[in-house]
Amino acid sequence: MLLRRLAAIALLALFVVAACQPGAQPTPGQGTPGTGETPGTGQETPGTGETPGTGETPGTGETPGTGETPGTGETPGTGEIPDDPLGVVEIPAGEPIHIAFWGVISGPDAALGEDSRRGVEIAINDRGELHGREIRLSSQDALCTPEGGATAATALVADQTIVGLIGSTCSAETAGGIGTITDAGFTTISPSNTRPAFTDPEQRGPELDGYLRTAHSDAIQGVVAADFVYNELGITEAATIHMSEAYSEALVGVFEARFQELGGTITGSGATQRGETDMRPLLTDLAAGNPGAIYYPLFTAEFGFVTAQVRDIQGLEETVLLGADAGFSAEAMNASGPNVEGAYLSSPDFTAFGGGYQEFLQKYEESFGSAPIQIFHAHAYDATNILLDAVEQVGVEVDGTLYVGRQALRDAIFATSNFEGITGTLSCDEYGDCSAPVIAIYQITPEIAQDPDANWPPDPFWRPEE
Amino acid sequence: MYARNVERFTDLAIAAFMWTFRMSVVAIVVIGSAATLTQGRFPFDIWLRLVVDGLTLGSIYALIALGYTMVYGILRMINFAHGEIFMAGAMGGYFTAITLSGMGLLNANPLLSLVSVGIMMLVAAAVSVTIALLVERLAYRPLRNAPRLVPLIAAIGASFFIQYTFRGFLGPGIFPYPQVTFLAQDVGLPFVRMRWVEVLVIVAAVIMMAALYAFVMRTKVGTAIRAVSEDKATAALMGINVDRSIVTTFALGAAMAGAAGVLYGLMFRQVFYFTGFIPGIKAFTSAVLGGIGNIPGAMLGGLFLGQVESIGPQLFFTGLGVPVPNQLRDVIAFTMLVMILIFRPSGILGERLARQRA
Repeated sequence: MLLRRLAAIALLALFVVAACQPGAQPTPGQGTPGTGETPGTGQETPGTGETPGTGETPGTGETPGTGETPGTGETPGTGEIPDDPLGVVEIPAGEPIHIAFWGVISGPDAALGEDSRRGVEIAINDRGELHGREIRLSSQDALCTPEGGATAATALVADQTIVGLIGSTCSAETAGGIGTITDAGFTTISPSNTRPAFTDPEQRGPELDGYLRTAHSDAIQGVVAADFVYNELGITEAATIHMSEAYSEALVGVFEARFQELGGTITGSGATQRGETDMRPLLTDLAAGNPGAIYYPLFTAEFGFVTAQVRDIQGLEETVLLGADAGFSAEAMNASGPNVEGAYLSSPDFTAFGGGYQEFLQKYEESFGSAPIQIFHAHAYDATNILLDAVEQVGVEVDGTLYVGRQALRDAIFATSNFEGITGTLSCDEYGDCSAPVIAIYQITPEIAQDPDANWPPDPFWRPEE
Repeated sequence: MYARNVERFTDLAIAAFMWTFRMSVVAIVVIGSAATLTQGRFPFDIWLRLVVDGLTLGSIYALIALGYTMVYGILRMINFAHGEIFMAGAMGGYFTAITLSGMGLLNANPLLSLVSVGIMMLVAAAVSVTIALLVERLAYRPLRNAPRLVPLIAAIGASFFIQYTFRGFLGPGIFPYPQVTFLAQDVGLPFVRMRWVEVLVIVAAVIMMAALYAFVMRTKVGTAIRAVSEDKATAALMGINVDRSIVTTFALGAAMAGAAGVLYGLMFRQVFYFTGFIPGIKAFTSAVLGGIGNIPGAMLGGLFLGQVESIGPQLFFTGLGVPVPNQLRDVIAFTMLVMILIFRPSGILGERLARQRA
């Protein structure tokens, strides 16, 4: 009896250990419990800065990132403690500079976030030290849902040691969490959100003041896809499937508008949901309109379900399949099975990337033992470098303590121009768009359909003409 | 007097609201269906196709629902970890399929393919049964005499525990079921296009459900299970081993779920650690629809839910001009659950069960 109970406990312990292992993510605040108190003192600093009444401190505080500050930043001990309307991050001597990544790192779309996080890690390794300190990275899982984004945002802003953020990965996460992040004075750069509204001059609201991105807007990707189907393939009737969430809904909207503008007909619009598995009724419904092509910018699992089931539907045996960047991974090809052969995907054009990309790829392979598993690693690398450059620029060291003003940091990031990144030469506009988008269409070859892991990624198949 | 009037007024208001709700649902269904059918957007063979979709999906729901309903019948608790037990079966089936396909058995010829599928289902059932028995022993049995909410919470905890244990061991990635070429082929029926995998799912589900029903109704062990679910104390006095009957119930439900996991994998061809969640909830809905605690009710509820989900959106909403009807699939399923809970809380076949018990 005792033995049986012991065996049960041992088994339980084994399960717990296993459950904790690979997915284990560093919870921010755990590593540096002492620094959790800094927000209080950080809030007080501006107050003491004002009391001298010399007028010089506010003056430099109001015009940050103009190029004067780095001079003072490089000579430690001579700078003034900055005054900042959004608060100042205070990093005591010997403490690392803490930046955080938020995005999807579990579930079927884990590859999307994992790939971007690897880009962030490589950027941090390349940088080595900043202001003579190490750089610490923590992560929050945002689950690719609005609720997950909101939860992650709440956890992030509770940790005042965080200087800046990279994320999120799915547009839905940003939709859920960005208000909290902006309100707390944090600034985030997304490597992979593509929803057009986020950086659209007319639709961007004040809640996005702390938001920038290095990913392309789908206002561009959707147009390329529509042009390809109508002009290149000569198909005039197409159906679409979206997922009732921020990313694919907007992308399908752009595609449909452009396709109709070109003179094409949308024969049917379908929608599915996260977690939906049986696509046959939906596809049967679309088949009634006899579309020549189906455009379905869905995430990994749903992309796989549609691709695996579409050929079983009467009338869709030969239909052209076109997906988008969310399905551009070996994981999605695995989920799709052999039917994916011949399908098209739109995605950033890797061959158009800057010269540093090849070197980056080598580091990626060395560090993680595989070719990139998704597409936004390079965008994440650039986003991290933009953030770290800005920290370098606005950080002021006084008596061994590093001060980074949150508003100053935000302004410095927005002021980024002609940054030589590996995705291109990047300049951020006032709406937070830092991207240099080049989109290509890829076709899935028989080799990739047979063994996606070994043959990923495909080569560009078609590029829009300038 | 005043208070009574208020009470009467509230009752009247609630009754009026219920009536409006019921009538508007009926109106949407009737007007929508009539409009869709008169528009004639979908020819007859498409409707047949949707019926087949519903039948296959419904069979899988029904197989999972059996586990919910049997455990409820015997313990009066909802085993929310059942969806995860289904997922465990699908995972077990996946690894068996990979092994078999590596040995070249899976696609050798139709007969060997079927044998392989049989082996997959057996292994999957074994995996599911093992996990279900562990959960029963570790999480439910110690709480058997606790208040009713306690095992329910334990079940939700067990559900998360199993999910994340699988995630820990296998990672968060998607596992694609290998393609069985024989099963992907067209059967060649005159009116409707049906693949062998769909035939397999329906036939296997029918056989399993018939076997289960016969087992529960005809064998001694089955009789013991029914006795325990009617009255535990009396059954114990009659010399029935209550614990063993409960364990058997869990094992039967889990075996059905595990086999359903393989059928699901063959149909939809991908599984990951979260696969069990949605089918689990849908199967629970089926069990409630049919009348929870009632075995034929769970089968009927599953098939019914499958049909409503696949035909419903097109039939009810296309005619009303709703742009993306498929989006409303879950709305239909859960509206139906709400309707059943309001207007017939005992479920479709619930009454017969109550009479039997009395």
